[in-house]
Formats: sequence, structure tokens, C-alpha cells
Amino acid sequence: MRDKIRIAAGQGFWGDLPDAPVRQVEGGPIDYLMLDYLAEVTMSIMQKQKARDPSAGYARDFVPLMKQILPACVARNIRVTANAGGVNVEGCAAAVRDVAKELGLRGKLRIGIVTGDNIMDRLDDLLARGIELRNMDTAAPLATVRDRIQSANAYLGAAPIVEALNQGAQIVITGRATDTGLTLAPMIHEFGWGPDDWDSLAAGTIAGHIIECGAQCSGGNCQYEWQGIPDLANVGFPIAEASSDGTFVITKHDGTGGRVNVPSVKEQLVYEMGDPHGYITPDCVADFTTVHLVADGPDRVRVFGIKGKQATDTLKVSISYSAGYKAVGTLVYAWPDAYEKARAADQILRARLERLGLRFDQILTEFVGANATHGPLAGEPSPDLAEVQLRVGVRGDDRKAIERFTKEIAPLILTGPPSVTGFAGGRPKVEEIVAYWPALIPKSEIKSRVEVLDV
Amino acid sequence: MKVQLRKLAHARSGDKGDTANVGLIAFRDDLYPLLTREVTAARVKEHFKGICKGEVERFELPNLGALNFLLHESLGGGGTLSLMTDAQGKTFSTALLRMKIEVPDDEAKRLGL
Repeated sequence: MRDKIRIAAGQGFWGDLPDAPVRQVEGGPIDYLMLDYLAEVTMSIMQKQKARDPSAGYARDFVPLMKQILPACVARNIRVTANAGGVNVEGCAAAVRDVAKELGLRGKLRIGIVTGDNIMDRLDDLLARGIELRNMDTAAPLATVRDRIQSANAYLGAAPIVEALNQGAQIVITGRATDTGLTLAPMIHEFGWGPDDWDSLAAGTIAGHIIECGAQCSGGNCQYEWQGIPDLANVGFPIAEASSDGTFVITKHDGTGGRVNVPSVKEQLVYEMGDPHGYITPDCVADFTTVHLVADGPDRVRVFGIKGKQATDTLKVSISYSAGYKAVGTLVYAWPDAYEKARAADQILRARLERLGLRFDQILTEFVGANATHGPLAGEPSPDLAEVQLRVGVRGDDRKAIERFTKEIAPLILTGPPSVTGFAGGRPKVEEIVAYWPALIPKSEIKSRVEVLDV
Repeated sequence: MKVQLRKLAHARSGDKGDTANVGLIAFRDDLYPLLTREVTAARVKEHFKGICKGEVERFELPNLGALNFLLHESLGGGGTLSLMTDAQGKTFSTALLRMKIEVPDDEAKRLGL
């Protein structure tokens, strides 16, 4: 058992910098590489991919990444925790195993597979037994969207990942595991923290929260003295240097860009925060009002004092469902009176949509360059604005109405206000909306499964 | 004197469904009591008039010199349902920093504002 380990974050979301995990492995000493691939609606995208191709349904980029870094991981005993499995954890693991064999690593590593999160096939049974899976935001029962559901997964915590590590897995692949659990699990495994050591579990959870968005804690999207943050082109992704006593240091590899300081870590701590007294995960309830930060040398912040409370008896469930269609069209109007022209174009467009008798659940007009982000807080736009982008979005259940809308944008160029451009991309695309339905389920309903395969 | 929050604090915002959260972080520990006193939930609700259609909740984090605001019903339905450019509420942070608060002259002098 070690009393200190370095856990490196390699992806803040599916689609983050492709080279970041490689740089984490090659850029200096680490013990674990943590890869978070799953945003809230990622599972539904993967579910669709699997419906078309039964061998798909996971983060495909993970496999070539493993091909690239596995030899170094095996040579230096770097272990990987990743929720790359999506809705096809077994398929993902099989692909990684094939890659490991190709690399001549037969007998040199084990791959852990964590499943049990997918409850798609159990929904009717759960609903029949009175588990309503009400929407946590609206309190509506799931039955109201039952026929439109595309995926349903419970968020698993650190425990099954720890089990896989305990069985010697060098790579642990999960489906819908929490991003914080991917960071906490190595600490539990290495430090032997008990299941009711709430303060330590909360510390590991908060370490996970800090590094789960990748470089967003190490200089990316950082407001504090942002002009002075060096070399973001070469930004270093974060590393949590965790100690067995529940304290940790957030840092990054030497020679990388970006910045880790107390303000950069504070910004990430408050990101997507709800009630700071009760940050609920499957593993514990962490109290963000107990987090203390202190500078610990260049690009190092020490974190200590964290308190936690007993975990709840429910797990969050992430359900996705079809919720109609949307399309967004844009045009750009130039000086002079750019804003006035864009407004006039919007009124013309709306009159035409009205005359066509098209009905939408929502039409939203924004004027990018004038007030799209800050709305009325931006004040009255100047008549001297160099240009304004008119951006009109529509949403509704009637696909035909949305399609008809997409044909009304380009004609505005020849039939509306002057000095207009910006239509090189063709007609707007009609997008199917997959919406997110958060719910709670009793923990007793979810049994995670752990399997560890030899390569 | 009137002081804009961007002189006193930095911020980061994000989303949970149709709720935007804004974490407002004092540049220095001695500015935190001023923020706590002046940047109330009611003032933030008023500031985001026409944007935030629901309630505003405020939580205090004295350990970080930070306040966390939850702005309910602010993201056009939230997530993939929203048609907004900023469906994830990422720019609510700087929208809050536009707020101006009243600081008595002697306090402003003491704080070096």
C-alpha cells in the first residue's frame, strides 16, 4: 500500500483534446489515468449507435488511445479508470483486449469490466412495482414519456471500480459511472479507506470534481487574470496528488502551459454547484463549505479539511427520451444599422411563418453581437455595430413544420433587409432532440457486476 | 460610490437542467463580507429580470470567499431542449459581474477601491 498517488485527468468530456491523455502519460510521473467520457446525453447517442451496429455503443476513440498508451502504461504500471464503455462495456473491453494482444501484451495485464448500470430492459418491471422514476426537476412520473425513452442508466459509484482494481485490473472500463468515482476509486484501493470513512470519501470525491473537467481547473476557461495565463496552446491537464490522510494537491506536469493556483481551483469548485453543503454522489455526501485551499509552490494547490456525510440510499438515474425536433438558422447583417436590419428580418420571417400556419412549441430569436448572451443586461445595441448575426431557433413535435422553417432562412437574403450574408453552410439541419430525465432509484435495485479478464 | 462586481470578484457558471448556477468568488478575503451583504438573492433576481423566470437561491461558502447562486428557470428548458446560444449558462458568470453595488465611501477607501 502506498501513502501517496498521482491521478491524472485525461478527458473532460467526450471530444476533449485528443492528445491530452497521451501527454499525461508521457509528460511526467503518474500512477493513474482517469478518463471521463460521459456527459448527460452521451448515453443516448451511444444507444442509437448500438441500435444500428451491435458492436458499437461506446467511446470509440478510447480504443486507438489505448493502442497508443498501453505499452507505456504496462511498462510503468499506470492504471486507467474510464467510463468509456457507454452502453456496450463488454464490446469496449473486447476491443481493448484485441488491441493489447496486437501489441504483444498477452499475459501482461488484466481488464476490469463494470456493468449493472443499464436499466433500460427493466423499466417496465420497475414502473410496475411502483418505482415511478419521477423527474427530479419537474416531479413528473416517467410514465408520461415511457414510449419515447432511448436509454436509462443508474450512476454507479466508486465501489465496483475498487473491486476491479483489487482484482488486479490495470484498466477498468465502466458504463455510466460517476466521474468523481473514477478518481475516488484509486484512492480507496490504494489507501484502504473504509466504506464509512465519510471525510476521506468526500475528499476523494471533491478531488474528482476538481479534475473531472480537465483543464478547466488548470487555466482553461479561467477568468482570474486570464490574459496572464501562459501557453494555453500547451495547456497541462490536472493531476491530483492524493495522500492517504485525505488531503491532496492539485497540480500539472512541469513544462506544460496553463496555470494551477487558488483562484483557478476555486472557479472549478463552484462549477455546476448546487447546495454546497450536500454534494451527493453514490459514495458519500461531500460538504464544499469545508474545503480549504492554500498555495503550495508554483502550479500547486493543497486542499485539506474536507468533511463528508453518510451516503444516501438512492442512486441517480440518467434517462434520455425523444422530445421532438429543432432547427436553428442564422444570417449576418452588416453596418450600418445592423441590429435594426436583423430585427426587421426577424419580423419578416415570423410573419411568413405565421402565414404558412406553422406551429412551434417555441421560437427564439437572438441577436449575436448585440445581446445573445447577456440579454437585456447588455443594454441597447449601438447603431454603429459592425455586424449582427440573426439567430432564430424553433422547436416542436411536428418534424414537417421544422423542415419548412429551414427553407425560409436563405430567401431572406434576396427578399429582406440589405447588406446580409453568412449563408455558406446551406439550409439549417433538423435535429432530433434527445432530452435528459434525471431520477432517483433505491440503491437496493441496482446490483453492479465486476468481471476481470486476462489479456 | 457605485462599484461593479467585476472589480471585486471573478465567477464561473454552469447548468443543471433549466437552472443556471453562478459561483461568485471574491478577489480577496476582505471583499467577501461586502459581497455577502450586497449581493443578495433578491438583488440577483432583480438583476436577471427577463432572464431568470424562477426563484434565485443563494448559498455562502466563507471558506472559499464565494457565494453560489442558483437561478431557476433560466435556460429555455435547459440541456438539449433549449434553443439558446448559451443553453448551458456558461456566460451567466460575466452577466452577474455587470452588477453594480453601492459601497459607502469610507468602506471603499478602507478596502482600497
